Amino acid sequence: MIEFWIILIIKTLVVFGVSMLIVAYSTWIERKVLGLVQLRHGPMRVGWHGLLQPLADGVKGFMKEEVIPDNADKPIFIIAPIISIGAALSLLVIIPFGDTVTIMGREITLYLTDLDIGILYVLGISTIGSYGCMLGGWSSGNKYGMIGALRAGAQMISYELPMALAVISVVMVCGTLSLVGIVESQAGLWNIVKQPLAFFLFIICGLAEINRTPFDMPEAEAELACGFNVEYSSMKFALFFMAEYCHMFVFGTMVTTLFLGGWHGPLLPGPVWFFIKTFAVVFFCVWERSTFPRYRYDQVMELGWKVLMPAGLLNIVLTGLWMVIFNI
Amino acid sequence: MMEKKDYALNVSGRRPEKGNYLAPLFKGLAYTLKNYFSKSVTIQYPTERRRIRDRWRGLHRLKVDDQGKLKCVACGLCAKICPPQAITIVPYEEEGETRYPKEFIIDEIRCIFCGFCQEACPKDAIELTKVYDYVDYHREDFIFDIEKLKNPEKFIFTGK
Repeated sequence: MIEFWIILIIKTLVVFGVSMLIVAYSTWIERKVLGLVQLRHGPMRVGWHGLLQPLADGVKGFMKEEVIPDNADKPIFIIAPIISIGAALSLLVIIPFGDTVTIMGREITLYLTDLDIGILYVLGISTIGSYGCMLGGWSSGNKYGMIGALRAGAQMISYELPMALAVISVVMVCGTLSLVGIVESQAGLWNIVKQPLAFFLFIICGLAEINRTPFDMPEAEAELACGFNVEYSSMKFALFFMAEYCHMFVFGTMVTTLFLGGWHGPLLPGPVWFFIKTFAVVFFCVWERSTFPRYRYDQVMELGWKVLMPAGLLNIVLTGLWMVIFNI
Repeated sequence: MMEKKDYALNVSGRRPEKGNYLAPLFKGLAYTLKNYFSKSVTIQYPTERRRIRDRWRGLHRLKVDDQGKLKCVACGLCAKICPPQAITIVPYEEEGETRYPKEFIIDEIRCIFCGFCQEACPKDAIELTKVYDYVDYHREDFIFDIEKLKNPEKFIFTGK
């Protein structure tokens, strides 16, 4: 009994530590890759090639003065970033990093838990995460923040539907909702081959969920002067920021589990392949940020409801027909 | 009617309303990936510097001749022609000796680095060097007297 708890605590600490490190360094990756695409170097001074830059940003987050505007609704103003980061961190528990390994004679699973409703949990908790953005903008007492929050909320809930439809077709093919089951069913052939349309749908809707270009209207840096987090200063802003990058990392892991075959791969051990695929998706997120212009808000809504949702429904119908005809 | 403009990358020859929206996305991604692997154009100051042209107008230098005396005869032409009046000269002449400046003060903050003093000097005694990055903490240190003017190259910033 006590052994179970010790293993659980150690696994929690390892997963949490590794994920926080990855989240902090994905800010470094983003700044470096954006810089190199724009023919400049990114951060170069703080440590070799800027590797200590996240540390410097963390120190800045602690040292800056916290400003709370007079118009702000104080309890909600303080709780909003907590909701955001809480939801983002709760998603770390079901990421399947690898298969079961045997360490020191004990079977240890390389994920914190394997819920039977796996992917539903992810969709549900990321919806709760959008509460943080909406409450943050609403409680700022600033009309630009409120507009940013409105847009963020509308965009996030209207892109959850096509994302769920894409996930449904994957679940139909794999037959199970649990993430470990989905990865294990891809041992022979990755889902991206079986479900290419769902892959595109999931990528586009995922980018919209994490408020990333071309859908970053809520935090449009040039237009709304940072949208819903306009009134937030040091630590609360750092929490929103970390929540966004944590969501991006979790998005990468979800794409890997659902479509790219999880931990399967030829020579290297499972977790190494998992991280290679996840970082490929994260690199793609940064790469497309540097390339695409931003959608206008009505274009975002039109894309979500008029294009992606019918595409999701069509995909489900086609998958169903395929499964019935070929008896898969 | 689209004129031929100078784009970095022309993803679609057609007007936006009639265009295809998927292929241009991939063309754009390919272009940024090519840029990712290209050499960046940043010059890492202060370890690297740009190439300085020969006629660059930087800090002044008062030239000396072979015996180590200043070439300047304190005629006052550079002070007269200087647009912001940054040069102050106090000449001195002993009986039977050549004229020389007792005080020659250039206020480098007032100076606009036009080079007129260098063109006006009849003795070729003042020239503008290629030193462009002198920094200091107090305004008084920017008022150069003869000692500082004799050797401005020692003020080049080396990154320390």
